[in-house]
Amino acid sequence: MTTSQTKVVERVDLGILIDLLADSGYDVIGPTKQDQTIVYRPISAIDDLPIGWTDVQDGGSYRLVRRDDSALFGYVVGPHSWKSYLFPPRSVLLTIENVDGELIFTPPDAPDRRYAFIGIRACELAAIAIQDRVFLGSGQVDTTYANNRAGLFTVGVNCAVAGGTCFCASMKTGPRCLAGYDLVLTEVLDESTHHFVFEAGSDAGGEVLHQLPGRDATEADFARVAAIVDDTAAHMGRSMDTRRVREDIYTNRDSAHWDRVAERCLSCANCTLVCPTCFCSTTEDTASLDAALGQRERRWDSCFTLDFSGLHGHPVRETPTARYRQWLTHKLATWQDQFDSIGCVGCGRCITWCPVGIDITHEVAAIRTRSEVPA
Amino acid sequence: MTVVLSTIEATAEPMLPRPFEVVATRRETADTVTLDFAATDGEGLQFSPGQFTMIYAFGVGEVPISVAGGSADDNVLTHTVRAVGAVTDAICSAEAGTQFGIRGPYGIGWPMDAAEGGDVVVVAGGIGLAPLRPVILRLLDNRARYGAVSLLYGTRSPDDLLYEEELRQWRGRFDIEVEVTVDRAADGWYGDIGLVTNLLTRIEYDPENVTAMVCGPEIMMKVVAREMGRAGTDPSSVYVSMERNMKCAVGFCGHCQYGPDFICRDGPVFTYAAVRDRMRVSEL
Repeated sequence: MTTSQTKVVERVDLGILIDLLADSGYDVIGPTKQDQTIVYRPISAIDDLPIGWTDVQDGGSYRLVRRDDSALFGYVVGPHSWKSYLFPPRSVLLTIENVDGELIFTPPDAPDRRYAFIGIRACELAAIAIQDRVFLGSGQVDTTYANNRAGLFTVGVNCAVAGGTCFCASMKTGPRCLAGYDLVLTEVLDESTHHFVFEAGSDAGGEVLHQLPGRDATEADFARVAAIVDDTAAHMGRSMDTRRVREDIYTNRDSAHWDRVAERCLSCANCTLVCPTCFCSTTEDTASLDAALGQRERRWDSCFTLDFSGLHGHPVRETPTARYRQWLTHKLATWQDQFDSIGCVGCGRCITWCPVGIDITHEVAAIRTRSEVPA
Repeated sequence: MTVVLSTIEATAEPMLPRPFEVVATRRETADTVTLDFAATDGEGLQFSPGQFTMIYAFGVGEVPISVAGGSADDNVLTHTVRAVGAVTDAICSAEAGTQFGIRGPYGIGWPMDAAEGGDVVVVAGGIGLAPLRPVILRLLDNRARYGAVSLLYGTRSPDDLLYEEELRQWRGRFDIEVEVTVDRAADGWYGDIGLVTNLLTRIEYDPENVTAMVCGPEIMMKVVAREMGRAGTDPSSVYVSMERNMKCAVGFCGHCQYGPDFICRDGPVFTYAAVRDRMRVSEL
């Protein structure tokens, strides 16, 4: 099969990419506008993208506003992440037949489906790589995740704008897509042109790229791409210093600042649901009224609920202080012990979607500051 | 983006139980029952002392329960279960012939091999004797490999004693020292009253060549480790069994995190040296 490594594709030809992937049997998922947010849903044409929209984000605030151009990817990330497809909010683990007391356990069939994700941001590629380590790379393999992940085709987007709560540059996960993509594109848009600079990251990506119309990319094209991502990196809304963050969090387990966060935290679990790496889940059991058929389902859970740590009818983490400490400590410290990386990619969702605007970058800085004050 | 998936195909479904049937039940206390299970396919479950399984009750749910005994060769798997919720209620009220789903065993158990050649102190509080029962049986089956062996066991009241018949047998032996105490006595109780940790001064062991295996409330485990530490025992020779909420037992659900460890796969048995700092932190 012939492949191409780079290509410059004009705006009018970009729809061919969606057609090619759909014709190859992929379920194509991409950003689309719904309920005044940009979410990831099945798409069938370029017109399904949020053309000419952007998002204005800050702590506890998300607004869609019109851009003064027709950019296709001129926004950052919304409340959805790709984990909704790879690690769905709800999935069946088992069905159980009860034949006169004899139990027969059957896992669900692997779905006959392959996903193509269009418009994955650099931070989200990093998040998928992190969930790969959780569900595929730490001994056991999670069947649901593995089935959804198998055959995934990924089209990354280098961000041309930075959001108000973005901090991927300081987390070293973006704004340029670093790894994990089959194709990556950069949108180039001004008065004279609207085109996309594509690079292939895999053979599968190269094969698709070869079938797209366009010309080879030149040094000038790559210089433009570099200028775009450099400008995005320079305009991050937030930043986090990750040096020694694990050690600092461990030494500040008793910091009074945890209580100050907890005074504002509603324990609503929004941060964990929008987080692209949070992986905690619980199970739910049901049975038919005639007790002939049972089902075990898995659904997303959150360390902010009381039930999460319930032991013999009593929660281990009763106070919001303990629950926020667990979440932040896991994200930035214990995650490193468990999976050899930080569990935060700097997407900013937990800041934007926190109803009271609690900001992980501010809180971790405040908790660390106290460790520098001599006792 | 397909590289990591090359090894997936051959892996077994990690959350798929096998059907087991209850073959015998013994009521231990008002709320605790010991059950013998047999795999319906005849393949017994091989376990190490200190490991646990996930038991699924049809339509109700699944809970982690320590293995309390059994033999894979004979297809017997023994669990002692205290009724504290919907699933454990269903298990405790089951009659012979009832089927459950069981998967496992999971986790790292007690250091039976590392303990060889030295003294062994087993300390149990309440239902904590269940995961230590296979330890005692193993110690007694291989008695010559160990030095002095003691069991210290404390419960709330005489009515809460588990394995009473076995306790009587063990107390009658000369190769294991058994001390039992209760928080509150009742008529007819002639034994000790008070904390199980008070019994530590009564037994003989070499503090510098001993392995302690401790299971009970966290405060009890802490005090045992502290008292033995005062006597000269290294915290890395004291093993404790930790407990947290658990949904999957294979490191995916996140519930059993205890600092950096997943209790399901990094525990449940840890050295006191490993968890000492965490045990000082409340609500961790």
